Amino acid sequence: MYTQGLNQAVEDGGPEDAELLARFQAKIDREEKIEPNDWMPKAYRQTLIRQISQHAHSEIVGMLPEGNWLTRAPSLRRKAILLAKVQDEGGHGLYLYAAAETLGISRAEMVDRLLEGRARYSSIFNYPTITWADIGAVGWLVDGAAIMNQIPLCRCSYGPYARAMIRICKEESFHQRQGYEAMSRLAEGTAAQKRMAQDALDRWWWPSLMMFGPSDADSPHTGRSMRWKIKRFTNDELRQKFVDATVPQARLIGLEPPDPELRHDEESGHWRFGEIDWTEFNEVLAGNGPCNRERMAARRKAHAEGAWVREAATAHARKKRSRMAMAAAAE
Amino acid sequence: MADALTAAYALRLGDDALILSHRLSEWVGHGPELEEDIALANTALDLLGQARLLLACAGAREGRGRDEDALAYGRDVLDFSNLLLVEQPNGDFAQTMVRQFLFDAYAVELWPRLSASRDEALAGIAGKAAREAAYHVEQSAAWVVRMGDGTEESHARAQAGLDLLWPYAGEIFEADEVETTLAEKGIAVAPSVLREHWQARVEPVLEEAGLVPPEGTGVRKGGRQGRHSEHLGHLLAEFQFMQRAYPGAEW
Ligand SMILES: [Fe+2]
Ligand SMILES: [Fe+2]
Repeated sequence: MYTQGLNQAVEDGGPEDAELLARFQAKIDREEKIEPNDWMPKAYRQTLIRQISQHAHSEIVGMLPEGNWLTRAPSLRRKAILLAKVQDEGGHGLYLYAAAETLGISRAEMVDRLLEGRARYSSIFNYPTITWADIGAVGWLVDGAAIMNQIPLCRCSYGPYARAMIRICKEESFHQRQGYEAMSRLAEGTAAQKRMAQDALDRWWWPSLMMFGPSDADSPHTGRSMRWKIKRFTNDELRQKFVDATVPQARLIGLEPPDPELRHDEESGHWRFGEIDWTEFNEVLAGNGPCNRERMAARRKAHAEGAWVREAATAHARKKRSRMAMAAAAE
Repeated sequence: MADALTAAYALRLGDDALILSHRLSEWVGHGPELEEDIALANTALDLLGQARLLLACAGAREGRGRDEDALAYGRDVLDFSNLLLVEQPNGDFAQTMVRQFLFDAYAVELWPRLSASRDEALAGIAGKAAREAAYHVEQSAAWVVRMGDGTEESHARAQAGLDLLWPYAGEIFEADEVETTLAEKGIAVAPSVLREHWQARVEPVLEEAGLVPPEGTGVRKGGRQGRHSEHLGHLLAEFQFMQRAYPGAEW
């Protein structure tokens, strides 16, 4: 049944061999992992390259809004926690680029695509961190939403991605707890701290819900990604899980999500929430969010200013090799 | 009296680590390559860990109830006692790495010696810091060589970094009554002892890198006594902003 749909020309390549495709799908259905050297449909490869590199770029761009507070953290303990977190995010970027490279694309090519604006990163990082409470909110909500998205990816059909995600998810859940702890501290603090905390929740709540992507009705690739076990739950299912987990956490520390329609549905046990403003989502996606330009400018600047450093490392390595070869020849 | 001196000594070493860590943290997210971004964060984190232990130790010896945060966020320029070297701005990656190497080459000689201190708390901190410094100096030395040897541009940048920062290195070996008295008691390491060991680390690396220390530049000093460069005040304005804006709040 599934192969029928896939046997037609897929968006990222020509038609695929029906038999190979059937074998591939059977393997996925048996919950076996696809490894780099296995045959895979072009569209599967392209989907994964797009998704993994987008994920890697998000880790790297995500270092910017949090890095914004590294030099102003309010205590040495908080500064150490934040430094460790931002360092972890860089590490996540590194594993993910490596996982994507197993699909036959180089990290340099992926970075170029990002810097030229041809690849995306998570829109959430186009929002500013204007007060210290934003650091708590990012850990709690953004890492929290990321975990909801990523835990199912630990069972993704593509082996290298699944394995990278297992490692990453452990650290993300640690970040989420630290963010929530930082937020609770503010919520139980002075009036000024509490105000800061509520304000951060007000600003990060809706963008966090948007992190799960468009609602299922408007999500064209969901069916195929589910069949390929790249995705295990739909965007709306994951969003609901996140809301169900997060609303009680907010109320526990005396904060309220900025949604007048939020109510607990006794029958289903779910928290029902109001309509998401998809116009805002699409604006940010189109490059018109509060910090899109700043984030890309910062990445481009770091890349351009780092060029001579990377060239120096390459030149030195080359000189060293040739000196060694000359020394060996002289013996 | 001994405790006031030990407090001052721990504070000097703690301020070095604190301020250098802060400078490195300014890089995070903006490094020349992802691996370097991670490495800079890692070194910043190690130094911050050292700073926290040393400031806590200083606070305890001082006996005025100041903890690590009170010392880090509650003092002004005149009461900071770090070396001028570590407060110098990052500049480009070459300047940052030359600063790091000049410092690491000192730290890696200081900490193993201080781990034999008769002050057990200091000895413990030093033992941990010694392992970290060994790793740091390996990295910063490798970068100095890469840049000095790499391209014409990287060489020029590394040499400019060295020209700028070399005059600040001499302060490392300065001592006043704090170090002298404590060294006699086997608590501190006399900075003068470290000079030849530092040179033995620095010279071969500069030679391999093809870099030449500037001559006749004199020694820029005063940090240990609170006579700082203009840079420290700006650093503190940023670093201490939250504690100044919300006095008494807990984070
Ligand atoms: Fe991450
Ligand atoms: Fe994270």
